[in-house]
Parts: sequence; C-alpha cells; structure tokens
Amino acid sequence: MESGPVLLVCADMRSIRALGAGIRSDFPILDQEVRGKALVYLDNAATTQKPRRVIDALSRYYERDNSNVHRGLHELSNRATAQYEAARETMARYIGAASGETIIFTRGTTEGINLVANTWGARNIGPGDVILLTEMEHHSNIVPWQLLAERTGARIEWVPVPGDEGLLDMEAARRKLAQKPKIFSLVHVSNSLGTVNPAAELCALARSHGVITLLDGAQSAGHMPVNVQELGCDFYAFSGHKMCGPTGIGVLYGRADLLEKMPPWQGGGEMISRVDFDHTTYKAAPHRFEAGTPDIAGAIGLGVAAEYLEELDRAKIEDHSAALAQEAAGRLAAVPGMRLLGPRDGRAGLVSFALDDVHAHDVVSLADEEGVALRGGHHCTQPLMRKLGLVGSARASFYFYNTPQEVERLVDTVAQIERFFRR
Amino acid sequence: MNLPELYQEIILEHAKRPMNRGVMENPTVTVPAENPTCGDELTLQLRVTDGKIEDVRFTGQGCAICMASASMMTRAIKGKGTTEAGALFHQVHDAVRGKGEMPKGELSAIGGVRDFPQRVKCALLAWEALREALGGSEA
Repeated sequence: MESGPVLLVCADMRSIRALGAGIRSDFPILDQEVRGKALVYLDNAATTQKPRRVIDALSRYYERDNSNVHRGLHELSNRATAQYEAARETMARYIGAASGETIIFTRGTTEGINLVANTWGARNIGPGDVILLTEMEHHSNIVPWQLLAERTGARIEWVPVPGDEGLLDMEAARRKLAQKPKIFSLVHVSNSLGTVNPAAELCALARSHGVITLLDGAQSAGHMPVNVQELGCDFYAFSGHKMCGPTGIGVLYGRADLLEKMPPWQGGGEMISRVDFDHTTYKAAPHRFEAGTPDIAGAIGLGVAAEYLEELDRAKIEDHSAALAQEAAGRLAAVPGMRLLGPRDGRAGLVSFALDDVHAHDVVSLADEEGVALRGGHHCTQPLMRKLGLVGSARASFYFYNTPQEVERLVDTVAQIERFFRR
Repeated sequence: MNLPELYQEIILEHAKRPMNRGVMENPTVTVPAENPTCGDELTLQLRVTDGKIEDVRFTGQGCAICMASASMMTRAIKGKGTTEAGALFHQVHDAVRGKGEMPKGELSAIGGVRDFPQRVKCALLAWEALREALGGSEA
C-alpha cells in the first residue's frame, strides 16, 4: 500500500504526531493482539478506552478514600465528599458552565435526557404541545420524548435529514422553530453519520422564539472544545465512558434558573432537605436530582478524564480524529460498491459506510478476524437508517490514540472483504 | 485475510442466490420476524396441508449468515411433515448453542456460527419464524 497520502495528512496536521502513536502508551488496553494481529480499535463512538491515569484514580479511591458522601462526619467521608464535589467543579469548568450547581451527575446521556423529559417535561409539556427532534437522533433522544408524548398528549415533529450527506434541512428547522415548539432536543454530533450540527446557530434561533434546547453531547463532549454558554443551549447531556471516563457516570448540565424550577425525579436519600411522615422538602439543584448514593468513584474518575483531555487540548483531539476520518473516507470511496454516509466536508471523527450486497454484520465479523474492531448495524438510529433505505451501516470511529497506520489497516481490510464477497 | 469456518463457499452461495425466496400466493401461515439487535427483517410463509409443508417461501434482507440459514432451512423443510420440521428446529436451535450435533448435509455449515456468539441470532432468525409458523398451523 502506498504511504504518500498518509504522509501528506501528517504534514498538514502536526497534531497527528503529537497525538496518535505517541499517546498510546497511556492506554494499557491498546497494547494487545486480537486473533494474532495488533488490535485496531475503531469503535470509539460506542465507548473510548481509558488512560492509566483514570484506571489508577478508581483504584486509589477504593484503596484509600472509599466512603459514602455528604452526611458522614469522619475523615474518609470528608475525603470522598471533597473529591466528589471537586469533580463536579471540574466538569463545570470542562464544559464552560458558570458553576457546579448546574452539573447533575447521571448514569450517562440517556439518563440525562430521561431526567429532563420526566422533570422539566412533566411540568412544561401538555396536550397538543410540540416536541421538536431531528431525524438523526439516537434512540435515547427519541424514546424518552415518545414516552412523554404518550403521557401528556404532546406531538413530536422532526427536522428532516434529506440524504446520505446527513445534513439537517436548515430551512425546515427555521420554519419549525418559528412555530414555537416547547423544546428542541437534538444531537450535537451524529453517532451514525458524523455530522456536526450547527448547534450554536440553532440554539440562538430557538431562544429567539422562546424554545428550550437540549443538546445530546454524547459524541461531542470528549471530542471537541465545548462551552455550553457559547453554544447557548439550556441543557447538555453527555456520558463519561465516551470521553476516557468510567462507564456508569455522566453529566446533565442545566441552566440554573430552569433547574431551580424543576420538580425532583427519583426520590430517596441525598435529595431531601427534610422528611416528615406527611411531607418532604427537597434540596436545591443539583442535589435534588441525585437520589441515593451516587457513583462516587465514577464521578472522581470522570473528573480525572476531563483534566486529561483538557491537557491534551480538545481542539487538537478534534483535528486529529477528523483528519483520520477524512483520510479513511477518501480511501474507502475507492472500494467498489462503496456508499459513504455523512458530510463530505467537516465530518467528525467517524466514517459510516455501506457496501452493495455486503451486510454490515458480515463486514464487522470479517474485520474482527483481522483484529479491526468496528461496529455494524443501525447504531441506535433505526428511523434514519430506514429513511436512507439501509438495513444498517458499518462504522469506523476514531480517537486521538488512533494512527494513520490504523486507517491503512481499515481500508485494506474493507477492500479485502469486498473482494471476498464479489468473487 | 483470515477466513473463519463460518464463511465457507456453501454459505456464500446460499446468501447470494437464496432458494425459495419470494412471495407465496396462497400460504396457510405467514410469520414476520425481526432481529432487534440489528434490525434485520424477514417474512416466512408456509402452505401446510394435512400436516405436510407443501411449500415455503421467504422475503427480507439480512447478513450472509441470516440469508444462507433461511435459504437452507426452506430447502430442508419443504415436503416434510410439520412434526419432522419441528424436530429439525430443535436440533438446529440447540446445536448452534453448543448442545448436540447439527443435522448432516449442507445445514452443518450453519454450525460454524457457534464461534460467533453474537451472530447466533442471525442464524436463527428464520428458524424462530418457523417455530412460530408451526405453532400457528397446528392450532
């Protein structure tokens, strides 16, 4: 395989050398063989790998500081509480939020969206109201709203995604926002197409019509600089495990004045200020929304992951992954029968593709035999795939520890699979 | 390229040119089936007379494993009694999960899916539809 085009990309993107191969020693898991070949992990949109620093933070917490938070009066509880609340402040800084009081720890993006649907939604959505979504939403930003619509008699409308390039119909978005839906909930970066939506523009437009906005940040929080105040969103939900953090922990950011008016969701310990037999009063946000013992170790680990990404510089991470994805898209396009999904320019760090006559599951199974980890299927965006006339697609998603050599392994492998099925 | 045993010639042959694919005009039972993990869908039709599967057809799309398994299944059950087809279902269902032997002949190729636990549902989609169809025709 010729290495010319790869070197060219390296020259354009100096970040590829700073990240890529040089950073892999931070990730113990990457140094292994799968089926006799060096692992090429390209399933980062599903979950990213964890740096040694995050793994160590979890062990250190359990070995030295483990205790329950907030009500304890002993040393260990003080330490656990201090670290848990420090992680909250770190996450506020990480997404440019004004204070830790706007940061609710959740299990992940899905729980964050469900929390908004069940609290803000329960109070503000009624019969005939419109919930505006886009056709490229993940099931986690569809189903909570369908459940809410069923309960309240609200109606869901969709901003169309007209074709394979995966761009929102902005004219339709403007028209539908002008009709003042109650909330516009949309994905920041599409997990199945790699589209980076013009979130700031859409949030500003929504605000001018008095429409509340929620951004699904699952694919943006760990991949690009994010500042919720510059984006102008009212809610921003994301997952720790897609940004080098542990599984089971995530964040919901909410505008302070909105959180203050939202009723609790789950009831239990931690979220109350006083309980009597006939009445309970609740704590202020964010603790009102954190019933029960939280994932303390997870929150601390997520804080460490956020600091790690801040050090690496998220602008460089974004450039690195996007350059690899662009390179992969350009070279995959030469494979016979290739149908590439997602924007031609400005795609995020992933490539979704379908081969004529070769099902995505066959692509992924055979790639796995070569040690290349991909994902295939509908990527939890079934309505979009059906609209595009696809059963599913195969997806390679990159992160800052991936290298141009791995792009080569990907392209070689896909080309071989295509030849195998064509013969 | 490493080629796993599962992707052998006979599987690819059936996947590319499935037998008994199409719509039947006068089925006695029609069963839609969906694999929720991947969204693959197929519809199985049987015409059962006096406990015998006189004709079988399927439509739908899926991966090579799903299509080949559906194609081989239709060939294996056509002309058989429903009891015999039901027994075949149980044998295949158990064998792909590592219990017992696959039936002899071309169906044995499907047994390779044992090494791909996540693909077992693909291999069984048509067979699960068959089980439901037999339940319906016997009722």
